Order: sequence, then C-alpha cells, then structure tokens
Amino acid sequence: MSLHASEGRLRAARQGQWRRQPFITGAGRRWALAVAVLAYLVLALGSVDVNWARVAEGAGRAVNFLAAFTQPDFTSRQGDIIDGLIESLTMTLTSTVIGVLLAIPVGLGAARNIAPLPIYALCRAIIAVSRTFQEIIIAILFVVMFGFGPLAGMITLAFATIGFMAKLLAEDIEDLNWRQVEAVRATGAGWWQVMNHAIQPQVMPRLIGLSMYRLDINFRESSVIGIVGAGGIGATLNTSLSRYEYGTAAAILLIIIAIVLASEYASSHVRRFTQ
Amino acid sequence: MLTLEGVGKRYPTGDRALSDIDLTLPKGQVMALIGPSGAGKSTLIRCVNRLVEPSQGSIRLEGDELTALSGAGLRRARRSMGMIFQEYALVDRLSVMENVLSGRLGYVGFWRSFFRRYPEQDVREAFRLLERVGLEHALDKRADALSGGQRQRVGIARALLQSPRLLLVDEPTASLDPKTSRQIMRLIRELCAERGLAAIINIHDVALARQFADRIVGLNAGRIVFDGAPSELTNDILTTIYGEEEWDTRVEPEAPAEERPAPPRAFDAALSGAVR
Amino acid sequence: MPVSTSSAGLPLWQRRTTAAQWLRFAAWLFGLCLFLLCWKVISDNTMWVFVEDAGRQGSDLLRRMLPPRWEYAEKLWRPMWDTLNIATLGTALGVLMAFPVAFLAARNTTPHPLVRSLALMIIVSSRSINSLIWAMLLVTIVGPGVLAGIIAIALRSIGFVGKLLYEAVEEIHPTPVEAISATGASRLQVMNYAVLPQVLPAFAGISLYRWDINIRESTVLGLVGAGGIGLALNASINSLAWSQVSVIFVMIFATVIVSEWVSARVRRAMI
Repeated sequence: MSLHASEGRLRAARQGQWRRQPFITGAGRRWALAVAVLAYLVLALGSVDVNWARVAEGAGRAVNFLAAFTQPDFTSRQGDIIDGLIESLTMTLTSTVIGVLLAIPVGLGAARNIAPLPIYALCRAIIAVSRTFQEIIIAILFVVMFGFGPLAGMITLAFATIGFMAKLLAEDIEDLNWRQVEAVRATGAGWWQVMNHAIQPQVMPRLIGLSMYRLDINFRESSVIGIVGAGGIGATLNTSLSRYEYGTAAAILLIIIAIVLASEYASSHVRRFTQ
Repeated sequence: MLTLEGVGKRYPTGDRALSDIDLTLPKGQVMALIGPSGAGKSTLIRCVNRLVEPSQGSIRLEGDELTALSGAGLRRARRSMGMIFQEYALVDRLSVMENVLSGRLGYVGFWRSFFRRYPEQDVREAFRLLERVGLEHALDKRADALSGGQRQRVGIARALLQSPRLLLVDEPTASLDPKTSRQIMRLIRELCAERGLAAIINIHDVALARQFADRIVGLNAGRIVFDGAPSELTNDILTTIYGEEEWDTRVEPEAPAEERPAPPRAFDAALSGAVR
Repeated sequence: MPVSTSSAGLPLWQRRTTAAQWLRFAAWLFGLCLFLLCWKVISDNTMWVFVEDAGRQGSDLLRRMLPPRWEYAEKLWRPMWDTLNIATLGTALGVLMAFPVAFLAARNTTPHPLVRSLALMIIVSSRSINSLIWAMLLVTIVGPGVLAGIIAIALRSIGFVGKLLYEAVEEIHPTPVEAISATGASRLQVMNYAVLPQVLPAFAGISLYRWDINIRESTVLGLVGAGGIGLALNASINSLAWSQVSVIFVMIFATVIVSEWVSARVRRAMI
C-alpha cells in the first residue's frame, strides 16, 4: 500500500467515486489466484468418487447412531469399557510424566542459545521425527517391537510427548529474558545454578500449563491407538463399531467427552494455582 | 434540544454512577463536563446514546424520548448523535476512508455496507470532511498507521459524517500531547460553530474546558455540583468539584519551564504540512 | 516470604511456611504413588517376554525395512494426492462450519446464552473425539473412501478452529465495537466493521495451523478405510512388506515437512 493515495483516487473520491482497495494488488494476480483455486477444486472434487447408493444405505445407520446417543448402553459391555478406560487413563498419566521428564533435556538441547551445535542438531532431529509421524504410525512400530498391550501405547505417547513438549520448551528458552540469566551468571553461579535460578523460574509456569494440555491430548490419543493393538479404550470402541453396537459406541464416546471436559476444567484450575 | 430529567444509573454491582441529573442543552451550545475520575462523566454521555442503559429518568432529544427506544428506532436516534472517543476507537485494520464511511452505517443497508458500495454523495461528503481535517492524502492508509492526533481527526470526521445534531465527546485529548490537544479542541469547536451543533465534552483538563466551552458543568460522585459560564468557575468551586487542592500556586520556580508543551513531534510537522 | 525466629532468637528465613511445605510434600507423594500404581497396571497387562525381545525385534524390523523398495513410490502418487485433498477439503469444510459456531460461542457476540451453551457443546464434542474415531464412524455411515476422510477431518476441525477463534473473538478491543454501535449500525454491521477486522488475522492463522495438523492426521485415516496413503500403509503392513512401509514413511515425512514450510510462508505473507 502506498504512503499517499494516487491523484486519480483522490480525484475520484472527491467526485464521490470510491472503492475499497483490494487485498491483493494487481488484477492479474487476483485472476491467476482465482483460476488456480478453481482448478484445484475441480481436480480435487473430481477425484473424490462417491458411491451414492452406499451413502443412501448408510443414512439409515447414521440415524440409528444418533438415536443411540439418546439411550447409550453402558451395561452390556461394562467389563470391556472399564478395562479399556483404566488402560487408557494409566497410559495417559505414565506417558505424560515420562514424556515430560524426557522432553526437558531434549528441549534444553534444542535451544540454540544454550546448547552446542552437535547436541542441538541431534535434539532437533528427534523433535522432527516425533512430530512428523502421527501417533498411530509410531504405535504400529512399537507394537511390533514390544508386543500388543498398553506398554507399546505408553511408549508411543511418551515419544509423541517428547516432540511436542521439547519443541515448545526450546522455543520458550530461545526467547527468554537473557538479562536475568546474565545477572545470575554475574554472581558467579555454575551451569546448574544458572539453570535453577534464571531459566527454570522463567519457563516453569508455561511448562506446567503445556504439560496439562498434553495430558489432555494424550488421553484423546489413547482412545485411538488401541485400533492397532496398543491398548486402551480404542480397541473396545473399534469392536463395538464394527459390530454395529451403536449403544455401546455412544456410551464410550460420551465417557470420552466427559473425561475431556473434566480434565479441561481441572487444568484451568491447576494453571490458575501455579501462576 | 437535549433535556435530561432525573436521570440515574446504578450498575448491577450496586455502584451508583449517577443520581438525579437534570440538564438542558440548547441548540449550538458547547458544554464541558468536568469532574474527578469516576464522577460519572463517561456514564452520563453513554446514557444519552444508550451505550449504557440509564436506570431511571427521561432523556429527550428534540422532543423524542430516547430511553423508550429499541431496535430500528434506537439506531435512528444514535445516528443523529455523533460520538468521539478517548482512545479514538478506530478500527485499526480498516483504511481511513472505511473508518470515516462507517459513520454512515446507520443510513445504509447491510449489503451496501458489506461491499462498501456507499452512495456517491456519502463518499463525496466523507472526502470533504477528510479534506476539512487535513487528511485526504491518507485515505487509503490503515488506521493503525496514523499518529494519535491524526486518528482523532479521523474519529471526528466519522462522527460528523453521521450528520448529527449533537456531538458526544468523551475525553478527546486524554491520549494527546498538549499542542495536539489544543488543535483538536479548536477543530471540534470550529466544526460545532460551522454546523450549529450542540456538544457535550467530557474533559479532564480544566484549562482547556475554560478556553473552549460556552458552559461548564461540574460532576462529583454522580451529582451535578456546578453549572455555569467558564468565568464563574472559581477556585472554591473547583474545590467542591475535585476536593481540596491549592489551585493557583506554582510548585517550584523551575516548574513553568517544564510545563511548556512538549516539542512538536514528527507527525505534528507532517500534520501542519497536510493542513496547509 | 515467611521469616520465623530460631531458638537462638535470630530471624530464620524459609522459602515456605511449614504447613505449605508439608502440603507440597503430600502432593508429591500422592503424585508418585499414583504414577507407581498406574505403572503397575500397565506392567500387569504386559507380556514381559515380548519386551525382553524388543531389541531383536527392532533390529529385525529395521533389516526388513532397509533398503526401501523405491519403485513402489510410483504407486503412491494417487494415494498421496487423495491424502492432500482429504486434508485441504476437510480443512476448508471444517473452517466454514467453525466460523459461525465460534461467533455463537463467544460471550460478546452470542445472541443468547442458550445458543452459546449449544455452540460450546458442539465445540467440545468435536474436539474430544479424535479424527480417527470420526473416520471409523463415517466409514460405517458413508462407506469407505475419501469422502469419509474429508468429513472426518472437517468434523474434527470444527472444534479446534471454533475454540481458538471464539477465544480470539472474546479478546477483541471493545472500544471499536462501542464506536460502531454509536453510529447507529445494526448488529450485522457491527460484526462486519468492528469485530471481523479484529479477528481476521487470527482466523487465517488458526486455519493454516489446522491445515498443517490435518495433513499429518489424514496420513493415517486409511487405516480404518477412509482413503489416502493410509490405505497403502495398511495393505503393506498386512502383507508384511516392510520395505514398502519405509517408502511410505519417507513420503509422509517429506510431505509433512513441505506442508509445514508452505504454511509458514503463507502465514508470513498474510500477516
């Protein structure tokens, strides 16, 4: 946008002619963008083949499923649901604790301003791998290695937690207030003392907040990695859906929603307490 | 033209902001409303255009009862009262012209305003007002690219584009330096004279109020404690409005030197260039 | 900061009061016990013989994955295109639906408190349920394929975009809203002139961020039959073709890195 409006625009405005300046300047570029978007939409939508007969058939099931929400069935698979939930919750807690503990050294190593280059490169590589792959993919590998069950799920979630937390922690450390660090260093403090007195107080509140958030994410993820055999409620849910037991599926989903709500409520309290 | 009778306001928290305000504003009068922070100045002018709902009393603009209005009637009443704000209250990400034209929103339909297709005479009038406040070259600039004084000029142009009968002005100079404050007050004063507008101006600065208003009303704890011409505003009365203070004494011999207005900043130079 | 007096009569500084100290200690003890209990549950449900074998299994897996069968990549272009479409169309659809929901959910723009609770309900349910679960549901309803994936991504995105956007709406400056209302503007005009310009940058940023996440999520939707490269992954794993799996991993890695780069560029260009 130019500093001063052009004479032409001023003259037109004086005559009462004024149009808003477009967000993208240059009519050519605007058209090119519109054509590109349109072309993409045509190509993309064209490659989605929809079996309308199947969709129509499924519509009835959708209605059944929505109806199931009005009378969820908590009882007929009670044992499976409870076992799955306990597995999910235990996996969530242990993986978050282990993941956060491991994320702290990785995060420190991935902060350019306090880590030497080789360590920085290594930690950044760990973060990149952990963040790129969806939890399910990692779960598949760990199930092959550690066998079916919640241990594989826990390791998966801990690994995903490392990437998530370490990246945010490293960013936090990279833009923390350097003057406080210098002040502590000026007292003659050693490396550990600098960490404890200058860096920890600055990043701690956010670290706690993020850990609570990650606990929430880990619970939601723990409800699906069961699909590939890594324990948790996901396996129960998958079975109930493939058997068209919508009442049980609705019950599980309602439980998940309730737990997420509760944890959100709790974490807002914890955050207020720690700040 | 504007009459307030027994207007009171109590917030849901129980705080009493205004009690028993009786006030009549004749056509063309510029009235300054002074008083300490929390005296209810802002609440009073917001009660007039119903940004704040008065709890009791009646407010009439040229015979129309404002407190009974709702919906389209309220919108019609609001557009006949232009308001100028303390922190300018421009929409930062819109251009200067869009901000000024938003003064016509009470007159045009939604789709017209959505596509920014304002009637020709509205655009012409908006441009004339921008010229009047000396900002026509900035019409395509984003509002957040302007300086404080320039933004307040845009705010004034927006209020005037409403073709109001009354101006409600809330601390127009609170965030401006002394020189720009004077320029803004002078501009408001001149525009009121040009268009025969009445105005209520909330202002902290007693000196500015004395210099630019026809009439001064003092508010304390939600009640009117003074109503008269600027010349009648004595130190005793200032004490009843604001509380005990030595109004005349100079603190230190050096003080006058420090009270000189701040040297004009770069934007003032730019501004005077634009006005010329 | 509590200062007590020692037995010698000198002031003694402590970081916390004794009661606070004990409370903290109890909280840590409770946390530790909970952790150990959870660990015990997991360990009871684990076949430790398999775990002892993990190193051998891992190296075995690695040997079978390497070298990748690169010629398999040619069969992956179509699934990759589907994956990108699931992410992009799903994000677009989700964002379109999230936009009104966010305004209904924000305290300062909602027409009625009841509408607000309904909008918040939509946001919470959409957020709590993983996109893979949405995909499982939709596969049973509309049948396997890309369509189920697109809708699953869209439904999951409503909650994410809606939540962040309504928080942005609640954080806008109130003065421009007041000023535009004072001109006699209608409700919709106030939205258009005072609210929208303030939240548009946040909206664009949030949508891009979600697109980025959705690329990642859409790579696995195929595991439950909802189209994309996940289908190929599932097929390769089921036939134990690990050298193909590694090719798929490389593809996914590259796509995610590129999409992250693209969204960072677009974000910078827009803001």
